[in-house]
Amino acid sequence: MSGQEPIKELFSHIPVSPHALSDPDTAYMVINENKVLGHRTLPGLEVRTTQLPDGIKAEIELKPETVIAKTVHFCFGMIPEKGIQRIVLRIHIGKNSKIAVQAHCVFPNAVDIQHIMDAEIQVDDNAEYSYFERHIHGNTGGARVYPTAKINLGESARFKTEFELLKGRVGVIDIDFETTCARNSVMEMTARINGTGNDVIKIRESGNLAGEDSVGVLTSKIAVRENATAEVNNRLIATAEGARGHVDCKEIVRDSAKASAVPVVEVRHPRAHVTHEAAIGSVDSKQMETLMSRGLTENEAVELIIQGLLS
Amino acid sequence: MKDKPIIHDINMNFDAGMVYAVVGPNGAGKSTLAGTIMGLSGYREYKGEIIFDGKKIDNLRTDERAGLGITLAWQEPARFEGLTVEKFITAGAADKTPDTTRKVLVQVGLDPDEYLGRAVDKTLSGGERKKIELASIIAMKPRLVLLDEPDSGIDVSSLENIFEAINEMKAAGQTVVLITHSMAVLKQAEYSFLMCHGTIIDQGTIDKISGYFEKKCILCTHKNQPEKYEKGKSIK
Repeated sequence: MSGQEPIKELFSHIPVSPHALSDPDTAYMVINENKVLGHRTLPGLEVRTTQLPDGIKAEIELKPETVIAKTVHFCFGMIPEKGIQRIVLRIHIGKNSKIAVQAHCVFPNAVDIQHIMDAEIQVDDNAEYSYFERHIHGNTGGARVYPTAKINLGESARFKTEFELLKGRVGVIDIDFETTCARNSVMEMTARINGTGNDVIKIRESGNLAGEDSVGVLTSKIAVRENATAEVNNRLIATAEGARGHVDCKEIVRDSAKASAVPVVEVRHPRAHVTHEAAIGSVDSKQMETLMSRGLTENEAVELIIQGLLS
Repeated sequence: MKDKPIIHDINMNFDAGMVYAVVGPNGAGKSTLAGTIMGLSGYREYKGEIIFDGKKIDNLRTDERAGLGITLAWQEPARFEGLTVEKFITAGAADKTPDTTRKVLVQVGLDPDEYLGRAVDKTLSGGERKKIELASIIAMKPRLVLLDEPDSGIDVSSLENIFEAINEMKAAGQTVVLITHSMAVLKQAEYSFLMCHGTIIDQGTIDKISGYFEKKCILCTHKNQPEKYEKGKSIK
């Protein structure tokens, strides 16, 4: 394959035109296996990559006072059926800066693929970092995805992340994110995953609301069917005055699938407030019968309800 | 209580293109009747038969009954997390074009630009969800519509939209059954059934039934005890 062919193949699976990469104002980085196929940086945004035997280490720095107007695209691809891809990310978002990243993790032919992400993210005071991770997997359930991240937010910083499987079977997804929030900072971590077959979904997200008036929301929306399993262990700890947080977990279970949710909330300051809400169960019968009374079959109704939950 | 029927001795006919009302106090069995006609789970154990277009539909599932053109609007509509108004309406629409989806929202008094992208969830009031449910029913173009308490949660100014929609359904040859204990809704019908304690105790013109309902049922001190109903005296 020439340099352009893997890029074309990877982009054929994601809802972003490869032409977006020709926009001089759009920064991007495309990685296949352990090779950087292409990248563009912008003033104030520096990307340094190092090839590892089984992946890439990328050090990404957004200089202070830099605002990147257009969404930055990262594509982490594995075109082969088998292999390991380790992505080590060291991200530093400078003071008063702002950036939004869409990471497209594309394993369309996965039979036995491991994608391991090890991220350390520092978001300095009053900076804003949004990270949307969209996965495209094959249909065999052969992808195993292990994203871990430690995120540190400075004062008044904002961090938002969403993990979503857009297409294909989960295989194994084992998310482990931990965020520590300084004064007035805000973090939101959301995962939306639909498991079937013998897929395994594990989510451990935790937030330390250590700064005064910091805010954290952990949201998990999961649907499991057939023999899939889901475990959600989300934890919010509020130790500072005025810290506020919410843990929200909704899981729909069908067939022989199993789901569990263990929301842990700890409050160690009398003026902090953290709530949690967990609902696990089958599809709501009233929702289903409403749609069936419009002519949808049971399966069509369930699909639509799950689509809504995960949207 | 297990063997005690919730509704019994029911014999009703609905003609095409007519608007009917089923009136009665809370607990009379009106919603149970609607659920039974729709074939909802929990309402499928009964003796007797329901015939639609000359064919028995007792063994048909809810979606199969809907496929024949029967549908139901709930008294308290369901909430759907994340499901947009647009997707909800088009899911069962006979015509799934955006123009139709917008048109039915306008018919129930909602601005499509404001509502199409919103989720049918707790961010909408009960009245808004009620209107959206009615819009989804108009889009479906059913033949028999069961509207359970169509005015509940609806503000007075919006009631006219609901009544206009009912008239348009009638004009299109659709049969509408209004389940209600509201006099304003009852007056939209052409023929009415009076229900008490799980059975139809009388039926007839709106004047006849509404007069009795207003004077006797609303003030009734022995609700759902039809043995005390002065059959044949007050109504006829």
